[in-house]
Amino acid sequence: MKFTLSWLKTHLDTDATLQQITGTLTRIGLEVEDVEDRGAALAPFRIARVIEAVQHPNADRLRVCTLDTGDGTATVVCGAPNARTGMKGVFAPPGSFIPGTGITLKVGEIRGVRSAGMLLSERELGISDEHAGIVDLPEDAPIGTSYAAWAGLNDPLIDVSVTPNRGDCFAVRGIARDLAAAGIGMLKPWAPARIAPSFEGGPRWQIDYPEYCPWILGRTVRNLRNDPSPQWLQDRLISVGLRPINTLVDITNFFTIDLGRPLHVFDVSKLSGDVLTLRPGRNETFRALNGRDYTVMQEDCAIADAAGAQSMAGVMGGETTGCDDRTTAAFIECALFDPIRVALTGRRHAIVSDARQRFERGIDPALMTDALEAATAMVLELCGGEPGEVTEAGAPPAWQRSATLHFERIAGLGGSDIPSEEAIASLERLGFGVQHRDPASVTVAVPSWRNDVAAKIELAQAETLDPAVAAKAAEGCAAIEPEADLVEEVLRLRGLDAVPSVSLPRTSPVPLPTLTAKQARKELVRRTLAAQGMAECVTFSFMPQNIAALFGDAPDALRLTNPIAADLDQLRPTPIATLALAAQRNAARGYPDAALFEVGPGFTVDAGERQNWIAAGLRSGTTPRNWLTPSRSIDAMDAKDDLWAAMIAVGVPLDALVLTQDAPAFYHPGRSATVRHGPKTILGSFGELHPRVLKALDLIGPVAAFQLDLDVIAEPKRRRKAAPDLAPFQPLRRDFAFLVDSDVTADALMRAARGADRNLITSVTLFDVYQGDRLPPGKKSMAIEVVFQPRERSLTEAEIDAASQKVVAAVAKATGATLR
Amino acid sequence: MTDDLSALQHETEAALAAATDLRAWDAVRVATLGRSGRLTALLRDLGKAPPEQRRERGAALNRLRDSLTARIEARRLELEEEELDARLAAERLDPTLPPRPRETGSIHPISRTMEEIAAIFGAMGCEIAEGPDIESDWMNFSALNIPAHHPARADHDTFYLPAQGNLPPPVLRTQTSPVQIRTMLARQPPIRVIVVGRTYRADHDATHSPMFHQCEGLVLDRDLHLGHLKGTLIDFLRGFFGIADLPVRFRSSYFPFTEPSMEVDIGWNRRTGELGPSGPDGGGDWLEILGSGMVHPRVLANCGIDPRDWQGFAWGMGVERIAMLKHGMTDLRPFFESDIRWLRHYGFSSLAPTMLHEGA
Repeated sequence: MKFTLSWLKTHLDTDATLQQITGTLTRIGLEVEDVEDRGAALAPFRIARVIEAVQHPNADRLRVCTLDTGDGTATVVCGAPNARTGMKGVFAPPGSFIPGTGITLKVGEIRGVRSAGMLLSERELGISDEHAGIVDLPEDAPIGTSYAAWAGLNDPLIDVSVTPNRGDCFAVRGIARDLAAAGIGMLKPWAPARIAPSFEGGPRWQIDYPEYCPWILGRTVRNLRNDPSPQWLQDRLISVGLRPINTLVDITNFFTIDLGRPLHVFDVSKLSGDVLTLRPGRNETFRALNGRDYTVMQEDCAIADAAGAQSMAGVMGGETTGCDDRTTAAFIECALFDPIRVALTGRRHAIVSDARQRFERGIDPALMTDALEAATAMVLELCGGEPGEVTEAGAPPAWQRSATLHFERIAGLGGSDIPSEEAIASLERLGFGVQHRDPASVTVAVPSWRNDVAAKIELAQAETLDPAVAAKAAEGCAAIEPEADLVEEVLRLRGLDAVPSVSLPRTSPVPLPTLTAKQARKELVRRTLAAQGMAECVTFSFMPQNIAALFGDAPDALRLTNPIAADLDQLRPTPIATLALAAQRNAARGYPDAALFEVGPGFTVDAGERQNWIAAGLRSGTTPRNWLTPSRSIDAMDAKDDLWAAMIAVGVPLDALVLTQDAPAFYHPGRSATVRHGPKTILGSFGELHPRVLKALDLIGPVAAFQLDLDVIAEPKRRRKAAPDLAPFQPLRRDFAFLVDSDVTADALMRAARGADRNLITSVTLFDVYQGDRLPPGKKSMAIEVVFQPRERSLTEAEIDAASQKVVAAVAKATGATLR
Repeated sequence: MTDDLSALQHETEAALAAATDLRAWDAVRVATLGRSGRLTALLRDLGKAPPEQRRERGAALNRLRDSLTARIEARRLELEEEELDARLAAERLDPTLPPRPRETGSIHPISRTMEEIAAIFGAMGCEIAEGPDIESDWMNFSALNIPAHHPARADHDTFYLPAQGNLPPPVLRTQTSPVQIRTMLARQPPIRVIVVGRTYRADHDATHSPMFHQCEGLVLDRDLHLGHLKGTLIDFLRGFFGIADLPVRFRSSYFPFTEPSMEVDIGWNRRTGELGPSGPDGGGDWLEILGSGMVHPRVLANCGIDPRDWQGFAWGMGVERIAMLKHGMTDLRPFFESDIRWLRHYGFSSLAPTMLHEGA
């Protein structure tokens, strides 16, 4: 909502400075977004007379001017061709900042003559591009006074952000009222006189859609002239960014801003018949004042004459019945529309208009008659003509409401000790009328323009609530809400900075854990993966649908209907997908070696939950080059290492895991695995990405990735650890090399070895895998180290041999292996 | 000492001196003290000496044996020392060589900031509540007193998913506030929770991202008032930015889900971007940082909580915004770009998680 200071002062009698006014507006909830104060930049410049202009002794094009500045004389060197004795101009003293050049003026010497100031051109003033000469003011311009004030350029433009609850402040008068209530000046009285009709007849209203329009007024003014509006009105509209059109239209726009009261004018000669009907739309198209065609639909409200819809009620008028310079009779519309229906119509047709903005926040229902009278008076004054009688349809809605404030609530809710007298005075200044008071409370009538206070309560209670609980809560809301509205008003006018702040009382001297065990686990995974050498990323939850489809299901149910960009339309199935895109971007920047991870959501339509917390990581390119450790390509084992680190950190029992080679299709089928815990639970997967996926993403492989589904990991148990097994005897280590069929897995072999004697064998480590020319075809060699831990005494050679034989036999039985 | 013994002593000493490694030294030792060594032979032959000389020669031989044993041992130590010196010299390493590579990872500034938020509000007794990114229209709007026609809906630039059946289409949550609703439906007050998570709005430029993070708070109890809300937020902001005298300003405002509502500004210097009270370099400017208010009675009633029994407050702020202010970042977009250069530059060590006693 933009308005100028001078416009504000037509409603507000105040000596307050601009700064006091803007500071107060912001404090009371009318946040000042911007103040454009052209006068401030022009403040140093005063009107001066050139007493004498003589030729510069050392320069043909320069003159030396002696000035009367009002408070003395000054000498300046001036290059303007129009500088002459006797003229009046705009003087900039030394030290002033010149807006047009960005220079701060200093006393200087120009070709040997001292120059203390400057006479300015319009361009130097920053008010136009004119630079042919210095500003040449009329003879009656008063010497020594502020140029900006004299030229009317000192009218600051204030832009406030009006919150959705304060429709009354989409009016200069509404803002003036709030400022007056906050102690900034007095609201000027305003009571338009009733205008007696001088003829009968003209268009009449009919309401066939009372849900949309409960009450409407109108009046015809005939025999008028609709010329361009007078300069003051044009200036007023231009000052807030509106384009003057013609007097009648300008008058309606003026009242939209001035009173927050949108009006509309029909050209009577363009109407068919003499009845204007407010009725539901019939899917009829009309051309609106913005030159576009709109179809008025069933839920919208048309203002229709005999020829059909001429206006979209509350949102925008029509072009064919609008007023122009040939208009001689106008019908002024002053209506009350249902805010919700106007909002829905406006949104349905995507029309943003000053009228909609005000109607959808609610119009002061008590202002209708006064606004129509004021508008009529201005039409008569500016356009001449004769006023008709006021015609109306419908009836004023019952808007009167009252609210009660118990004074103890000011401290109880607002945390402030405000004397009851002060609270009442604040409410009265805001227009609330005291109806009843006693020592503990006051009951006030809510002013007609404050539809946000003690408003009708619409709840959207959860369907799952117990009916008794819901009813009690609703009753409590009805009891509390109007009072909260009043507390807010009282606090607002004093400013919330006046409320003493109190630290939150402690619930426990030492805080209990903030995170649940599950939440803490997520943090632990995050830190573990970073400690693995990966950089944490936060990538978008949405991505291109075709890429998402490479990484899993990309169903339409998870596709945005209104994405911000075509390539941000699909909710990702797994963070691996967006990490792959991140790796691609890094590679394109010249950083192909990426180690990235993310702990974030993956989306699915499975089951009830559509979102899973997933820890995912991705490595691409090669390991770092180093003189000790040769660089190598990233492979599936890198991803497995990362995944295992994460699982170990959160206590997944590794012995219970089963790997199956059925990882999701975005992995290389032969170089990936699904990690299962029991037959049903899938914890995650790891592997190298499928070459087809790499090709589609233009990634140079190999790229290895993993994901861990954090939601399926069992809740960590708060269990004390058993005492550790610290055998007093040294362990024995024996190496075995087995020859096996090449499809025998390491897991099968190691499990068999481990199971050979569960009491004696504490660990089995695979330290070599060989497959090649020195072995028979279809065979490979796997070498393990087995640790035997004696418990009661040292083992004899015979016992060690027996144990080793058990290992060989168990492995042979399970895998068909032979000792090499 | 007889001549032969004296000769043995001199010759042995000369041989020891000539031995420059342990192998030569061992040859001297064996040749002298070994089973067939010269001294051993002399000792063995002692019995053949005439009895009257035997005693004297025996004593001389013993002295010689002790002396030579000591000399040989001393020479061994010398040679070992020399050998170690030579080995150490040969094993010299260029200490400026780079060690084996170890990649260091990093924690994203958003995660770090969320940790800091959790630590500070956690110290005030808050728990963390969570909710899904895909929400129903009711959770995201209606329950929060934003009905379908409300002008505030238009400000939200909501992302929608296809409708299922006759229900309004699900949305990507535009705020973390639906988790307030979930919390109030799931349990009874008193409640102290914060919510940190992803939120979505259709807006994209240097200060807006279609996905961003919010931190939401909800505190409900019997007698908490606006003063507690102010205290809570002032305590948080000063703790988070580590500025004990950070100016904090409260302005009346409007949000559908709170009443009274207020916006909160912090003091900064518009010119330098420094947060804090005004100083010699200027300052005294205000920067909007978060929105807050007393929970609206309708929101409580929508969740079955009687506003006569319970009241409290809520707040919401942008995680990236406070992170940017704290660390002097100017552009929002790189947070989600995953540029490894940016991540390395602004990322945090995984081994230095937020701990209040170490300084958040």
